[in-house]
Amino acid sequence: MAAQLQHLGYEDEKLQRVMERLPCRDVQASMLLALMGEQCSYPSIFIYGHRATGKSHVIHTLLKELELPYATVSCVECVSVGLLFEQVLLSLFGSDSASLLSRSPSLSDFVRVYKQLCVQASAKQTRYIVLDRAELLRDMEANLLPAFLRLQELVEDNVTVILLSEIVWDKFRPNTGCFEPLLLHFPDYSKGELQQILSEDSHPSYSPELYSAFINILLGVFYSVCRDLRELRHLAALHFSKFVEPLEQGKESDTHKLWRNIEPHLKKAMQTVYLREVSSVQWEQQLQMEEKEAGVVRGLSAHAHVELPYYSKFLLIAAYLASYNPARTDKRFFLKHHGKIKKTNFLKKHEKTSNHLLGPKPFPLDRLLAIFYSVVDSRVAPTASVFCQISSLVTLQLLNQVGHDDQLDAPKYKCAVSLDFILTISRCVYPMLYCPLVTDWNHCQTPASAAL
Amino acid sequence: MSKRKVKETHMPVGECISQVQMILRERFCHQRLPEKPVGMESQHKHLLELLRRTAVHGESNSVLIVGPRGSGKTMLLNCVLRELLEVKDVNKNVLPVHLNGLLQTDDRIALKEITRQLNLENVVGDKVFGSFAENLAFLLEALKKGDRSSSRPVLFILDEFDLFAHHKNQTLLYNLLDVSQSAQAPVAVIGLTCRLDVLELLEKRVKSRFSHRQIHLLSSLSFIQYLDNVRSQLSLPQDFPDTKFYDEWNDSIKTLCEDQLVVDVLQSHYNSSKDFRSLQLLLMLALSRVSASKPAIKPTDLLEASRVCMVDSKANILHGLSILELCLIIAMKHLNDIYEGEPFNFQMVHNEFKKFLQRKSHSIHNFDKPVVIKAFEHLQQLELIKSMDSSTAKIQKEYQLMKLLLDHSQIMEALQKYPQCPTDVKQWAMSAFG
Repeated sequence: MAAQLQHLGYEDEKLQRVMERLPCRDVQASMLLALMGEQCSYPSIFIYGHRATGKSHVIHTLLKELELPYATVSCVECVSVGLLFEQVLLSLFGSDSASLLSRSPSLSDFVRVYKQLCVQASAKQTRYIVLDRAELLRDMEANLLPAFLRLQELVEDNVTVILLSEIVWDKFRPNTGCFEPLLLHFPDYSKGELQQILSEDSHPSYSPELYSAFINILLGVFYSVCRDLRELRHLAALHFSKFVEPLEQGKESDTHKLWRNIEPHLKKAMQTVYLREVSSVQWEQQLQMEEKEAGVVRGLSAHAHVELPYYSKFLLIAAYLASYNPARTDKRFFLKHHGKIKKTNFLKKHEKTSNHLLGPKPFPLDRLLAIFYSVVDSRVAPTASVFCQISSLVTLQLLNQVGHDDQLDAPKYKCAVSLDFILTISRCVYPMLYCPLVTDWNHCQTPASAAL
Repeated sequence: MSKRKVKETHMPVGECISQVQMILRERFCHQRLPEKPVGMESQHKHLLELLRRTAVHGESNSVLIVGPRGSGKTMLLNCVLRELLEVKDVNKNVLPVHLNGLLQTDDRIALKEITRQLNLENVVGDKVFGSFAENLAFLLEALKKGDRSSSRPVLFILDEFDLFAHHKNQTLLYNLLDVSQSAQAPVAVIGLTCRLDVLELLEKRVKSRFSHRQIHLLSSLSFIQYLDNVRSQLSLPQDFPDTKFYDEWNDSIKTLCEDQLVVDVLQSHYNSSKDFRSLQLLLMLALSRVSASKPAIKPTDLLEASRVCMVDSKANILHGLSILELCLIIAMKHLNDIYEGEPFNFQMVHNEFKKFLQRKSHSIHNFDKPVVIKAFEHLQQLELIKSMDSSTAKIQKEYQLMKLLLDHSQIMEALQKYPQCPTDVKQWAMSAFG
């Protein structure tokens, strides 16, 4: 590796140090160094790859350790183009250069100021401009991306623009084309490489083998779902203390038993911390409490702890029934004496696909009230308080209003909650599960309707 | 006349390689102008003649150079300008003004730039004073005051000409072309654009003032000329200090260009695009593998460079997905096959995935719905699936209609290369009906 890059004129020990900080990324780093070269490089390089594959890390390590002149900007931070220009000029030319730009500079101003500053401080080496999260450049002004790709030509200076992104280049190309950059791919880490990298931050008081065994277990649970290095590191950091708890308490020391201890926690983590339903702080507290004391984890999107008034629950159940049952079946479900229904061709052709797959359908207010009155178990007068609750359900976004706000006489609604939520509500309302919920004529019968 | 013995200088290999890298990189990366452009002799002659008439004889002209990206428009123009400016009188008199459609996005900015470059009197240091109307009036007056014999010819070079046609009222274009038509200060308007239909973009009054002179650069190199171009691009110039190395290098390049493997690689590149820029990209990638320990370009270098250029980026991204996300993509592929490309929503994909889990799978764990939703959203962030409607109607995210942006063959190819793909997943992908 070092022999290959010797001609570039960097010191061997610097290169060695750089390579140590970039595990499993030697091939990409040496390819980048070879492309950057000694004197000048291609005007623009586009590096793409999944999240946490080390794109920014490799670039920044190379540029910093080898002390090359560079400017790095994350496009997420640049709400306006002026911020982007200012950052670039500040990093490349020093702190008083950005003041030469006007209030809200255009690209023309930026190029002009850059040319001026170049004249005063000509480049002995290639300057690098690194744009992170470059996919956001597409949403800024239309001329920004093509101009940055050919910045070398426009400012007549030895500068290379490096774009880092998660999204492939084919999605970036403007309509009439642009200067095609050099494409470089950072492949994802394999399972072995992930193991190697994660094992590097082992705790100093435990042996590396123990930590490797722990990482192995973690990967076994999470690898099929998530291959993002950052997430796995976060999960490893959260769970290691729980893993070694039996060791500290002196109870177990066999890896197999330690695994049995930690596995249910990891599985539970997949439902909560991995989904960011609970914060890491909550999770750590959870892990420290004894199992008997631990209550149910209150997640962010757990609807189950939303408290609704009595009639609102019925209204919501009625809304769900109205959304997912076709209107013709109301008579059968909700009237005590319904007429005969022909068996053949009962379901129209378009209803054959389960309503569960297509989503809720809109229904008028009258239908909602009709179902409500038949579902609720006591006599309810149509007072304003009932109607008010419908509006509050809309505000809580448990119902969606379809159509224009102006339609006062016949507003239409759609139910916006899932079956699980309705089942949770109906469990408090009906002691036994008696809801004539949606029946799926073809395949999966919902558990509630099976209880009919 | 005594014959001077040429002293042969020998440099160490490392230094030679640095020199070689510098020379070749100047050619590929900094677009250093060649001695004369390849394959465009008639266009070169035509443009040179046109500009000479403006610069020397004071005749106003307008011309458009049209050609696809990377076909050498800027290279042609710069070669012509270089030759033109070699004439002593021309060099002193001609005023070039360079505008670029990407930078000057507005007529106001363009006008300020022209005023600045021509160094008119309302420029102090760097700042241009006056409003847009005042600047325009001043410029036009300055241009109209002269006549053929006494004023300096101005060359307006408009890069990305089609972008100027999108400005409001096309004021700038109208005025420039107007000046070039009337018998005043000699002005040449040269536009470079990649759009073949650029004349459709011009308004009627602008189009009528344009001379309708177009120079097309549709690259017409034959494959033999292309190979010659490759050889000349990779060869070192005569004035290389170390003659021994120079001979060795040029010989190696000659044998390289005769190697069958290399000819095949170049043929496939030639078949997909003949333009100079993609060739320079390929050669740059091959050049980056040259080092002191390997001081020549081998056929494998070019092969490897070609492979890097022609790779499918989406396949690379698919390689890095987790197994759950891959299963979701296969489920979407099946839905596309059954429903012939109709949009789907998350519920349908989840349903399909659950059917697979119930019937055929042994290795995939039954994940909770929120975990599957997170995988689905990751695919959305990678822009492998896209939402169909961006309407403001609130639809729950499980029911929003989506479209898969991958092709059937891409998915099947990615599956073959996926590391440690479980066999039941592969079989599910290849079966006809989920």
